[in-house]
Formats: sequence, structure tokens, C-alpha cells
Amino acid sequence: MAGVSDTEDRSYDMGMHTEQLSGRTQQIFFSPEDEENFVYPWAPEVDYNKRTELDVADMTPNEINKSLKGLMNEGYGSIVIRNPGAKHSIAVGILNRLNLIIDGSLGYFGCGLIDGPNVRISGRVGWSFGENMMAGTVLIEKNAGSTFGAAIRGGDLVCKGSVGSRTGIDMKGGTIIVGGDTGAFSGFMMQRGRMIVCGNAGKNLGDSMYDGTIYIGGQIADLGVDAVPAELSGLDKAWLSRKLSLYGLLPEKGVDHFTKIVAGKQLWNYDNLEPSEKKIIL
Amino acid sequence: MCGIAGLIHRGKRSDVGTEMTSMLQALKHRGPDSTGFAIYGAPRENSLVMRFKVAEQEDITSGGFKIHQQIKDRKAEVDRRLTELGVMLSEEAEPTEYAYRYRFSYDGDLENLAKYVEDVEGAEILSLGSALELVKDLGDAAVVSSTYGLAGFNGTHGIGHTRMATESDVDIRSAHPYWAFPYNDISLVHNGQITNYWIMRRQMERKGSRFMSNCDSELLAVYTADNLSQGATLEESLRQSIDEIDGVFTYLVATRDELGVAKDTMAAKPLVLYESDDLIALASEEVAIRAIMPHEIDTYDPYEAEVRVWQA
Repeated sequence: MAGVSDTEDRSYDMGMHTEQLSGRTQQIFFSPEDEENFVYPWAPEVDYNKRTELDVADMTPNEINKSLKGLMNEGYGSIVIRNPGAKHSIAVGILNRLNLIIDGSLGYFGCGLIDGPNVRISGRVGWSFGENMMAGTVLIEKNAGSTFGAAIRGGDLVCKGSVGSRTGIDMKGGTIIVGGDTGAFSGFMMQRGRMIVCGNAGKNLGDSMYDGTIYIGGQIADLGVDAVPAELSGLDKAWLSRKLSLYGLLPEKGVDHFTKIVAGKQLWNYDNLEPSEKKIIL
Repeated sequence: MCGIAGLIHRGKRSDVGTEMTSMLQALKHRGPDSTGFAIYGAPRENSLVMRFKVAEQEDITSGGFKIHQQIKDRKAEVDRRLTELGVMLSEEAEPTEYAYRYRFSYDGDLENLAKYVEDVEGAEILSLGSALELVKDLGDAAVVSSTYGLAGFNGTHGIGHTRMATESDVDIRSAHPYWAFPYNDISLVHNGQITNYWIMRRQMERKGSRFMSNCDSELLAVYTADNLSQGATLEESLRQSIDEIDGVFTYLVATRDELGVAKDTMAAKPLVLYESDDLIALASEEVAIRAIMPHEIDTYDPYEAEVRVWQA
């Protein structure tokens, strides 16, 4: 696909616009020439081969996050957190690449506002996990609470278990993947991005969504206002298969049974025209 | 935002006083204003426990020199009225200057007893029952638990609350749990906002229900008591509330041998649930459950309009 300017062409060439939007939503383009859009000048340079562990059993969330920051400033690129004890607001605001392994569960607002790290969590996570995530990948082995991935803008946010209600509320980009079920009002006021739920979805799915795409592998309790079914194309199937395979969630029977939900475009669109996909690499 | 927690052991007893203290202390950041416990021990036949207060903690500091004598006078009047009703007092404890625990036997009408006691100035019955012990006061869980000697309380289940006061006063009257007046052994904690509070309160008051505070959570206790008085089971009452109570809420109700939970239709208030063959634990945040089970466990968030009831 060609853009209308050199900048757009280069952006497409880099594979930064795989999501096709339509209707009142307009794509604007991330400029690869603007280096400051890719990195934060103050973010530390880390080495993935430099590894350490942090036992946080007796630390407060503030102490844990400061310790993480200190380790990253020392160049540690692989950090294992032990005994997180479901504490809240852990690993928030990480703006650089990092291989972060959390051995246990997190409370609410874990990994909020992150832009780049790759995170693996062996337990479950609480409310508003990954809120406003901008880039990177997060893989959660167990369940997640409500408002999972609220307002995320990029990256892959993956929960292998089931999640609560209002998953992906106000999401503006990126991909949310749920291995199990999701609760009511998932995709509420969704503006961009994609959500995949391998299991069932609660009532009012996609209520008042402006754009973006939701794929459901199980039953849908009911659709919200202006959320409508769409044809599952070959491109959709290929993308779903690739994404789910990446995280070991591809069903044995494939993806043909998924239902695709998009916006009916009958509602007012409040999209403030941010870049649809910010960055795919650091 | 408030924090709620509850647990129920199935088929065994445990130190629920210490367990609930640990859970609620872990939720201190959700509500530092007051903490309350409703814990359930072995029910005793022909014996009732009454927890009551005759003043607020604040009265002690702001009530002037006379308050200490006033408290003594109020307690003496409660004692006189209990004697007048034929109550046989067997135990008496005074954890604070203003709050008391009585164990007694009484075979008369409990609603009349409760109303007669609460007719004394400043008197409020916090709980009345054969298994329920309800304490609530200002401060965090560790402070309240220590003050009222809850460590070592052997029981089957309990619920508790850490309160962040938003629309009503910071006092014991507005603290949770609420006793479902006048029903034995029924208590309730709530996290949320009831938006048809005044409409329903006026309806309940016209039917003769009593409200001691202006806290919307109290409505749920009165509402539950009213449903049960009409023969509804706990589960039926919880399900009915999903349709009739407007707002966002998650609330827990405990009876002598049950623990129940209801969530609103939008699941707008948090709850994390751990369920095994011998223990159910639930709380606003998982960190509270981890406080009593530090090992790795599987938990999940109940969904919208979900109602669950467990037996001890």
C-alpha cells in the first residue's frame, strides 16, 4: 500500500501500518525521521546479557520501582523479580527495552505506562494492568482483573487466562490477547487496535467503539451499541494465526470459528488522531 | 475507595481474628479512616453476644470533662434496661471506654430489646447474635484488632472493611460492617456507591426500618434484613439486589453459617476470589489474600451481576 507522501511510503515500508482503518477515523503517520519518537534520550542503555534478581518480599511498591530504575541505570537488561506478593503499581513507567521476569502475581496498575520492555509474569495481575502501555510485550500466565489494557496504544498485551470486565476500554492501538474469557463491556469506546479473545465475551461487547477490531473465539453474550459483525477475511485469519502462535494460544481447530466485530461508524468519533501504531522495535 | 475482605473455612475452624486482621491490614491503603470486623465463632445455644457502644471515639476528645460521666451514666441506663427486660448477664468486657461486649441469655423479643437499648442517648448496638462478634473503630486493622483483642479468635468465617470516608463522617456509626438489624448474626460490608440510596431509604423508613447513619452502605444491611424477614434466602436476597439496588457495588454478607457476595451489573468495583475445597477468601485486592496465603495460588475476578454463597 502506498501513502500520499514519502514519509508515509517509508512508514509503510517499515511495516508500521498493518492495521486498516476506515470511516471517520483517519490515519496519521509516525515519522521514522524523527528520532526522538523512537527513544527517550534519558532512558538507560541496558544489556540483555547482564542479569540480576530482586527479592521484593519486604519492599513497598515505591521501593521496588526505584530499585528497578537503579538496576536499569546500572545496565541490567534482564531482571527477575521474586516474591511480588500481588503488590500494586509494580514495573510502571519503564521506557526502555528490558527483559523483565516477574515470578508471582501483581496487584492493580502493574506495568502501566510502559514503552518497550518485554515482560513475563508467572502469576495473575490485578485491575488496570498495562494501562496506557505504549510498546513492548507482556505475557501473563494466569488470570487478569478488570480494565485490562485500558487505553493501551501499542505493543502486545497477552493474558493466557481469563480477564475481568471492560477489557481494552478506550484502547487506542496495540493488541490485547486473552486466552480465556472476558467480562462485560470489553472494548468499550475502543478507538484503534485489535483485541483477540479465544474464549467467551460478556455482554455489551464493543459498546460505543469508534474503530479497531475485536475477534472472539467463543460465545458473545451480546453486542454493545454500534458494534457489528464483519466478515473474517483471509488476511484476518493469517494475522490471527500468526499472533496466537507467537504466544502458544493458537487453538487446535485453527481460527476459522472466530467472530470479527468492528464499529458500525454511526457514533460521533472523538479520536484525536494519534499515530495508530507507534513503534515495533527499539 | 474502601477495601473489603472475607473468608470462610469449610468444615473446620481457624484463628479468623488473626487472619482477618492480616487481610485488612494489607488493604490499609484503600481506607485508613476506620476498620471493622464481623467474625463468627461457634454458636452457643441459649446465649447471645451483644456488642454495643454508648459514644463515639471523637466524643472522648471533644466532649469536655462531662463526657466520661455521661458515658458511665449511659452504660448504667443500658444495664438497668437489660435488667428490667429480664436479661441474664453472664459475661461483660469493656475493650474501650465507650464500647462493650455482653454475653447474656434472653428469651424475649430481640427487636424490642434492641430498640429499648438504642433508645438510650448515644447507644448503638453494633451486633447481636449467638455466633457473631462485630467490632469497628477508627484506625487501621492492627490497631482495632489489638484494642479489641481479636487475635486468637477461633471461628469459621468473617468479613471486614477498611474505610475511606467519602460522603459521610469518620466515626464508628458510619464504619462497616453493618449489622442487619434486628436479625441475629447477619452482617454486611460494601464497597461502592448506591445511587438510589435516598429513594430506597425513604421506602424502607416508611416500612419501619431503622437507620443509624447517613452511609449508603447501611441501606444494604437494612435491605437484606427486610428481604430475610419476608422469607427470602440469602442467595435470593443477593440476586434481588442486583435488580433493585442502583449504582456500583460489591458487597459481602455473612450469616451464622454462610458467606455471600454480590456484584453490580457493570462489575465496577473490584473483587478477587480464591476458592479451594476447604477455604474461600475474597478481597478488593489480591494482596489481602496473599497476606494469609503467601504461596502461589490461582485467583480470579468474579464477573458482572455475579452472586455466590458458600456454607461454612
